[in-house]
Amino acid sequence: MSPPCVPAVLALADDALIYAQRLGEWISRAPQIEEDMALANVGLDLLGRARSLYTWLGAVDGSGRSEDDFAYWRDEREFRHLWLVERPGGDFADEMVRLLLMASLDVERYAALASTASVAGIDELAGIAGKAVNESTYHRDHARLWVLRLGDGTEESRTRMNAALERVAPYVDELFTDSWADRAAVAAGIGVLPSSLRSSVLGYVGSVLAEATLDPLPEPAWHARGGREGLHSEVCGFMLAEMQHLARSHPGATW
Amino acid sequence: MSDWPLWEVFVRAKRGLSHTHVGSLHAPDAALALHNARDLYTRRQEGVSIWVVPAAAITASSPQERDPLFEPAADKVYRHPTFYDVPEDVEYL
Amino acid sequence: MYGNDYGPTDVAESAAQDRLPRRDEPLNAADQAALDGYFDELIDADQRIEPRDAMPEAYRQTLIRMIAQHAHSEIIGMQPEGNWITRAPSLRRKAILMAKVQDEAGHGLYLYSAAETLGVTREELLDRLHTGRQKYSSIFNYPTLTWADVGAIGWLVDGAAIMNQVPLCRCSYGPYARAMVRVCKEESFHQRQGFEILWTLARGTEAQVAMAQDAVNRWWWPSLMMFGPPDSGEKAATGHTAQSMAWGIKRFSNDDLRQKFVDMTVPQAERIGLTLPDPDLRWNEERGHYDFGAVDWDEFKRVLSGDGPCNAARIAHRVKAHEDGAWVREAAVAYARKAQAPAEVGAA
Repeated sequence: MSPPCVPAVLALADDALIYAQRLGEWISRAPQIEEDMALANVGLDLLGRARSLYTWLGAVDGSGRSEDDFAYWRDEREFRHLWLVERPGGDFADEMVRLLLMASLDVERYAALASTASVAGIDELAGIAGKAVNESTYHRDHARLWVLRLGDGTEESRTRMNAALERVAPYVDELFTDSWADRAAVAAGIGVLPSSLRSSVLGYVGSVLAEATLDPLPEPAWHARGGREGLHSEVCGFMLAEMQHLARSHPGATW
Repeated sequence: MSDWPLWEVFVRAKRGLSHTHVGSLHAPDAALALHNARDLYTRRQEGVSIWVVPAAAITASSPQERDPLFEPAADKVYRHPTFYDVPEDVEYL
Repeated sequence: MYGNDYGPTDVAESAAQDRLPRRDEPLNAADQAALDGYFDELIDADQRIEPRDAMPEAYRQTLIRMIAQHAHSEIIGMQPEGNWITRAPSLRRKAILMAKVQDEAGHGLYLYSAAETLGVTREELLDRLHTGRQKYSSIFNYPTLTWADVGAIGWLVDGAAIMNQVPLCRCSYGPYARAMVRVCKEESFHQRQGFEILWTLARGTEAQVAMAQDAVNRWWWPSLMMFGPPDSGEKAATGHTAQSMAWGIKRFSNDDLRQKFVDMTVPQAERIGLTLPDPDLRWNEERGHYDFGAVDWDEFKRVLSGDGPCNAARIAHRVKAHEDGAWVREAAVAYARKAQAPAEVGAA
């Protein structure tokens, strides 16, 4: 019998994989070579996290699927990630706003996952989550350093950051929307409802934006929603096509 | 075109060792220098502690002045343990 | 990774052209100090020259150019392989490739740092790359058309690079030698992962085997060109290998390294089960080496001079990243200055 937390953990894995995929696109395109390395580091952490989570999922959900089965052999409607992570990287400002939001969210939701999984005796999951907290704490710090410098740097950088906040604002609500999977997991004692993290995560993000002399996160004109139900934006299909095409062209092959 | 200053990086790989110079990097300030140093020099868990120092803050002895600075030590050879001829079976020497 | 395929590195010519401004004041005229003989003593004793030692201007300029071009090669090399990160056919391969390309960025940084000890800034060096005054290894002007190309690059191109880099660990210039030691340690996994990719493909489906063979067919000859044009025998007099060797910068000739590479790689190809696209390749018992066919030096010259498949794209990509990122770098500098300013006011 598949544990009730499986769908919620799948969503976490998909968030990590898809965000790693987008971060991979920054390599050789970052503003400074040091930043190519930093973003590759974040991407590698997230990719490793996704791999560990998929491996655990395949073992416990009764399907026996491998990490590659999850990544390469599911279609668009089966992925459960947030709209925010599938968004193309855009400006470096957009990326740092995204990293600040996602890393801040990850620190808190993985901390809750680590402690609840530990209490429930699901040690492997607790271990993955504990490692995620350490990594995301570093990612959050990296994003914070950049948001401060870009917000309180030049007039141009402040303008660009405020513009990025406008573009990213519509994606924020979905981070804190409870899906049925979240409710099922929490009812079984694992994880935490995203809605309960809203004020602490946005409180932290808000304080960084203020310190960076930036505008607060604006009220968005529209809201991204549906990722947890497999209803993604149009970029998702293109991204998955690029990611999966080679593997799918050679079914059964080993690489 | 803006220029990020140069920093020298020192890493202590293990407790019990001292910090050694591993190289340099560019960063606009100390906080980012530390982040960059971690990514560049400790990817394979090569560091327990990292120091970053602005290259401009380092004072170096000049090779042209090497004689006055170092030569006096050259004739104080008794500072080196190998100068002494001691029996091999004396322990802890 | 490093080749010797940048094009003419005329020692006297570069000394005249690359009159780059020095960051430090010279302690005394480089020529005067060289007359002191200290530099020559160090070279003769196979000791290391360190950043503040006096050195002949031509030595300095040769090293700046050599180290910078090596650094540029690492940075440009991120592109052909980076192409496949988003399309890697398994998560394990994706992770390995990301780590490899990240290493290449790191190698570029080590090398720019080493070059900077000679009195030039990274900004100046990047400008030379962007405007074509300094080159990068011409191997990266070829495209990575299939996944198997990633394997071929790891096996052949990194293999050739290692052949060049190991002797550089004993280069006379300390910072460069030390950077190379670091690079070599990290590079060993690069070649192994390339070999493993091809090994797996060669044992896979018909389509995978064909993919692997096709990649090897396209990357073999350019890999041989990585060692640079012939420079031994009667060619030795016309090149600059002799001066570089006298200065302890270069330890082996291009031809020697190329031969070593062929000798190492042919048995590996046999183990993988792929053929090398050279009908003249055969073991020569008398010489104790593999004979191999003629390299097309016309193609080499053509690609080197800018008429390769990817030259324009590589530089355009690099320049775009640099220009797109200018506002970011400037913001960081502005922030740092603001942070310092209150302290200065307080101290006044």
